[in-house]
Amino acid sequence: MSENGVNKGRRRLLTATTAVVGAAGAGLAALPFIQSWQPSAKAKVVGAPVEFNLEPIEPGQLLKGQWRGKTIGILRRTPAMLETLPELQDKLRDPDSSEATQQPAYAANESRAIKPEYLVLVMNCTHLGCVPELRPEVGAQPFDEDWLGGFYCPCHKSKFDLAGRVYAGVPAQLNLQVPPYLYKDDRTLVVGLDPQAAA
Amino acid sequence: MMLYTMKKQLTAVAFSMLLGLTATAAMAAGDADTPLFNVDINVFDVASIQKGARTFTDYCLGCHSAGYMRFKRLARDLGYSEEEVEQYLLPPGRELGNTMDSAMSSELGTELFGIEPPDLSLVARSRGEQWLYSYFLSFYQDDERSLGWNNTVFPNASMPHVLWELQGTQVLAQQPAEHGEEHAAGDEQHDEHSGHPNPADQFELLEPGLQSPEEYRRTIQDLVTFLVYLSEPAQLQRHSLGIWVILFLVIFTFIAWLLKAEYWRDIH
Amino acid sequence: MARPASSMRSQITALGNWVDKRLPVTSFWRDHLSEYYAPKNFNFWYFFGSLALLVLVNQIVTGIFLTMQYKPSAEEAFASVEFIMRDVPMGWLIRYLHSTGASAFFVVIYLHMFRALLYGSYKTPRELIWIFGMLIYVVLMAEAFMGYVLPWGQMSYWGAQVIISLFGAIPDLGFISGEGLVDWIRGDYSVSDATLNRFFALHVIALPLALLMLVLLHLTALHQVGSNNPDGIEIKEHKDADGKPVDGIPFHPYYTVKDLFGVGVFMLLFAFIIFYAPDGGGLLLEHDNFVPADPLVTPAHIKPVWYFTPFFAILKAVPDKLGGVLVMGLAIVVLFLLPWLDRSRVKSIRYKGWPSKIALAIFAISFVRLGMLGIGEGTPEQLRESQVWTIIYFAFFITMPFISRMEKTRPVPERVTSSH
Repeated sequence: MSENGVNKGRRRLLTATTAVVGAAGAGLAALPFIQSWQPSAKAKVVGAPVEFNLEPIEPGQLLKGQWRGKTIGILRRTPAMLETLPELQDKLRDPDSSEATQQPAYAANESRAIKPEYLVLVMNCTHLGCVPELRPEVGAQPFDEDWLGGFYCPCHKSKFDLAGRVYAGVPAQLNLQVPPYLYKDDRTLVVGLDPQAAA
Repeated sequence: MMLYTMKKQLTAVAFSMLLGLTATAAMAAGDADTPLFNVDINVFDVASIQKGARTFTDYCLGCHSAGYMRFKRLARDLGYSEEEVEQYLLPPGRELGNTMDSAMSSELGTELFGIEPPDLSLVARSRGEQWLYSYFLSFYQDDERSLGWNNTVFPNASMPHVLWELQGTQVLAQQPAEHGEEHAAGDEQHDEHSGHPNPADQFELLEPGLQSPEEYRRTIQDLVTFLVYLSEPAQLQRHSLGIWVILFLVIFTFIAWLLKAEYWRDIH
Repeated sequence: MARPASSMRSQITALGNWVDKRLPVTSFWRDHLSEYYAPKNFNFWYFFGSLALLVLVNQIVTGIFLTMQYKPSAEEAFASVEFIMRDVPMGWLIRYLHSTGASAFFVVIYLHMFRALLYGSYKTPRELIWIFGMLIYVVLMAEAFMGYVLPWGQMSYWGAQVIISLFGAIPDLGFISGEGLVDWIRGDYSVSDATLNRFFALHVIALPLALLMLVLLHLTALHQVGSNNPDGIEIKEHKDADGKPVDGIPFHPYYTVKDLFGVGVFMLLFAFIIFYAPDGGGLLLEHDNFVPADPLVTPAHIKPVWYFTPFFAILKAVPDKLGGVLVMGLAIVVLFLLPWLDRSRVKSIRYKGWPSKIALAIFAISFVRLGMLGIGEGTPEQLRESQVWTIIYFAFFITMPFISRMEKTRPVPERVTSSH
């Protein structure tokens, strides 16, 4: 083992090259394992867009369904219900739907809907994921003296109006989420697709 | 010198070990009992898979499922758009995300054929392509069977000849009687006497079908190509990814060899 | 500019010292790599130790990821494997890495064991290394067998049925009977969901733990006495003024870079099989195992995977159930005794006489030939040939004490002969 004649530069270069190529290989080898955690083809089918038939929903009624394991609610709002929306401005935390994550841009309007009549919501409370109840009756409630109708979460007493907007001063901090959805035709609503995606 | 030859001998032993095992595998893979038709299946022939897929959905899917395969995947692998899959392959009332399940209930299948028609997702891996190809070419009319058909590759199969309108009606050729007597009834057709029997010689075409024998063989080849694809859809991806992995490993191994050679200059 | 850099370096050194006082990192590196002296004349046969370690890591990593998707129940197991093959992104690759890895493990281990036979690596003072290695081999066989049951295909099911039934050969001894033992292993009156579930637990937890501990013992024992070499000389007997073996070289960097090259070549072959022949023509993944387990239909030709077939051939060669099981067991047990059966003055085959060389060559052939016969269908001719090779297999061990003692050996050189 002589130290003479050792080309240290070449040795260092080769060591570095092997290390880099080896590390790249290890990184590439990790990819299939990382990819295997992605939703499987089966999960994607289960997570595919879901169609809802709007016909059977009576005015004022809430239809519940599932999309990607989440509870989806479709509320057919009466004109009276829609009229309550502007009255609540100062009681709400985010009346103008300014949190972009809570609804697609096409639902960031006053009624938080494409057509004001139908409100589409992910029904899981933005606090800890319970499903709030629809409490449409107007008048004093145990949890609110001036209730104009809305959603009330029995778990931690969060309150939302009839557009899913959260009241100020409750545990939940964000409006109920509006999922991506589109109208396939006047009677059929598809949850899970944006309107432009269908075009 | 002595050492060197011994090393060579031992290496030879090691290699014969490997070769021996492969040879045995080849032996075990081919079932020598029944003469099989020869066919070269090219699973990368997407047009062939497409045709086979249409034959499969038209003629097989009524009774057999391919319960591990999703219609959606056909679009991805066969170069079809989802609309084309819906148009050509998807039975009414099904969705693209569904697995390729037969419309027939297993009870009805059992009632009609005595057994539930097996799932075909993996049939090419359990039976092999030669066997499948031969099977579809070896149906013959047999009045003793309740459904009127028998098969030399799979004697007394419960399946009727679903493709008869394409192939026509085939019967067993008149052969010397000794052939049949030599083996127990219901046993597979043996042919150990002649060196290379032509399996086609067993049959006579009584009535031609919609396709000429040549066209029918092509249809079956496409169908088998589809079944081979169906048994492992990932094989398309497997082959193309493999090239890159091996290329990378060649480079890595070469660099590692340079590194090894560089350090080992120290050792005398 | 120089000052911050050097102060940073000194901080790293300080952190290193801090850790080193609490954890023997540096001394471990020194003792087992940079100042672990290995003979400089390792040849081709010395790649397989590190390769076995590589395959073990491969099996553990891919196994963990398969466990995330596999369902250990008779209802769902087969479908979950197909789910992995089709619906899980890149699941097919992970599955093939694992299934091909199992066969690769045995290829590597068999070559590693043959190396020990060639150069007498089991002889004094390395008996314990050999014993631990043999235990690894036995546990590995159990691990592989149980893993093969998990896909719950026809071969899984009927293979399990046959292998577990072997325990039924034990006669009724009052406190234990073969039949009772078989039911106990299965947890049912036939191979069933209960069997699959316990095999899963053993395959993914118990046996891998045992394997890892045995590998640790194997390596600890190896590093206690140092590696043997193709000349079968103890390099520790010739040290220089610094107390370093003159025929030894530090494992790191010399053998780390050499093994890295070996790893590259191995991975090339491995990748070739995974991407272009993952079922090995029915040798690595058997055709019948693509049919879901069916307790009502026995496949025409039940046989174990190739790495068990030498022993399977021995089992079939003995025309008696209990006798067959005992002889097969003996075929493995006798390997444990090698350190004491070999009474030669020299370790390496290089300096043994021609009788030993011929005996070893015939033994290797018998093992391979038995393996091929075990794959066969068991025709009378094959059975008769198996009997001949079984006798030859055991003859190797029976004659070894005499041949190794009485044959004329060649003088062993003082120093290792060939360099790389």
